[in-house]
Amino acid sequence: MNALAAHYAYWVTIGLMVAGLVILITRGNLLKKLIGLAVLQTSVYLLYIVPGKLVGGTAPIVAAGFTTYSNPLPHVLILTAIVVGVATLALGLAIVVRIREAYGSIEEEEILARDGAEE
Amino acid sequence: MTEHFAALQVVLPLVAAPCIVLVRNRTFAWLAATAVSYACLMIAVQLASQVAASGPISYAIGSWPAPWGIEYRVDALSAFLLVLVSLSAAMIAPYAQRSIAAEVPAELQYLVYAMYCLCLAGLLGMVTTGDAFNLFVFLEISSLSTYVLIALGPRRQALMAAYQYMLMGTVGATFYVIGVGLLYLVTGTLNFADMAERLRAVEDPRPVLAGLAFITVGVGLKMALFPLHQWLPNAYASAPSMVAAFLAATATKVSVCVLLRVYVFVFGAETLFERLPTGALLITLSLAAMLAASMVAVYERDIKRLFAWSSVAQIGYITLGIGINNHAGLTGAIAHLLNHGITKGAIFVLLGGVALRCGTGSMKLGEFAGLGRRMPLTAFGLVVAGLSLVGIPGTAGFITKWYLIQGAIARDQWWVVAAILVSSLIAAAYVWRVVEAAYLRPSPAGAARGEAPAGMLAAGIAMVALCLYFGFETSFSVGGASDAAADLLLRGAR
Repeated sequence: MNALAAHYAYWVTIGLMVAGLVILITRGNLLKKLIGLAVLQTSVYLLYIVPGKLVGGTAPIVAAGFTTYSNPLPHVLILTAIVVGVATLALGLAIVVRIREAYGSIEEEEILARDGAEE
Repeated sequence: MTEHFAALQVVLPLVAAPCIVLVRNRTFAWLAATAVSYACLMIAVQLASQVAASGPISYAIGSWPAPWGIEYRVDALSAFLLVLVSLSAAMIAPYAQRSIAAEVPAELQYLVYAMYCLCLAGLLGMVTTGDAFNLFVFLEISSLSTYVLIALGPRRQALMAAYQYMLMGTVGATFYVIGVGLLYLVTGTLNFADMAERLRAVEDPRPVLAGLAFITVGVGLKMALFPLHQWLPNAYASAPSMVAAFLAATATKVSVCVLLRVYVFVFGAETLFERLPTGALLITLSLAAMLAASMVAVYERDIKRLFAWSSVAQIGYITLGIGINNHAGLTGAIAHLLNHGITKGAIFVLLGGVALRCGTGSMKLGEFAGLGRRMPLTAFGLVVAGLSLVGIPGTAGFITKWYLIQGAIARDQWWVVAAILVSSLIAAAYVWRVVEAAYLRPSPAGAARGEAPAGMLAAGIAMVALCLYFGFETSFSVGGASDAAADLLLRGAR
């Protein structure tokens, strides 16, 4: 129970990761799939950020009276990853808008059925 | 100047892309993309000769020394891949003008070239960088631009293909980051060489193995390793012709390079091939790809999809060589990156010419009837490139199969040799279907006659000529691959 409580952030990370993948795989709505993708990516942000935090640690600036510092590198990495995630999501939404213009639907089954009927 | 070449070949296309967007002129865009492609090729050749003469080049970005700063590392493997990517780019960029003009609305054409430059920058960066997280950024630069390029395809199916590739590609990239994250938690470094150093002192391998699994699946998605290949046929079949040609020649190959780098440089051959069943796993998946994907290609009616399925099978040959893991096998795998890249590039370039003449977005086998008389040079080029896919002696494809078979024999895996031969026979079956349609069936009434425009045809024929050239003159293809394989084995064995 203690291990569970001490590492609660990791359990949240794993939960988000699995939830994102499940949404991505099981939903047929193209927008909901993108939501799943966003949740999956968010879980990764947490995976990097959590270990970078030390209890009682401060910003890594050398000053009198401070001895423990948090690692700033994960934050910088995740800033980059967030930018990438935003770009991916924007592109995904743009493609979904174009799909709706072309097919009049954003349900995967309907779209595939229309393509199948065209063949 | 020359000491900055390692960075310059990534910076040039990266800077060209926003310039193209600002100028908004399609002729300028095409000229800029072509110029950048040729500049990258010259830099790549220069780097390759430098590496061959005096060993790996290490370049510290912003003069921050590794492992704190980001290191660009050009060794035998990455020099080989740099030449492949920039050579394909240089062959395809001049060809693009007519093809893009026919397939993409005029107001969007300059964006195609901007995305193409970004994709090139991403691919070259993935090959060069020695930093795990920087690699992720380049992976996403090339992937995002690829999704846009595919979505610009002439039919509406392109949108769904781009969407599905985007989902699977992003999951792949995310898995890669999760894997890198776990390795970073254990080692506290992102530099590949430093990571390898510190991993050897790690006591509990469980998070490391989890990281390895995540990276394998993630990169496997990007390189269309057998059960993770579903995005590939639709993406290649519905992208604009020039994009399909560029992707078929380069994208999956660069991901293979990433896999090799992580496997051999970071984990080392001992962990992977002696303590873990990586070799057996890779060989099993490769054989499944070589046989199953080839069979699907035999029954495929759409020509572009047929050759896309053949790409899945050919990736199987490459991973097979990695799984065999001896000098001959690795040489075969790395040389096949080049040989198959050139062959498949040639095929998709020629198919682009056919699409331009026949004006069909989807290319059914029936529309190929009588192509041998309507477009004799194009049809002949397709046959020669097809023979290279089968692995007929005298073509590039034969050379790599020869090394793969040697590698399998050295490991006493005769059933692998048998599988390579069976897969080649199946390849002969699907190539024969194209030949039969092109030469033995009469043209449909009123079909368009005449070759593709000279510039497009020249690019296709030049790539077909390279297929034959690398079938006879192997000092660069096998020589470079053999150096890279020796380097990999040496570093993996430490």
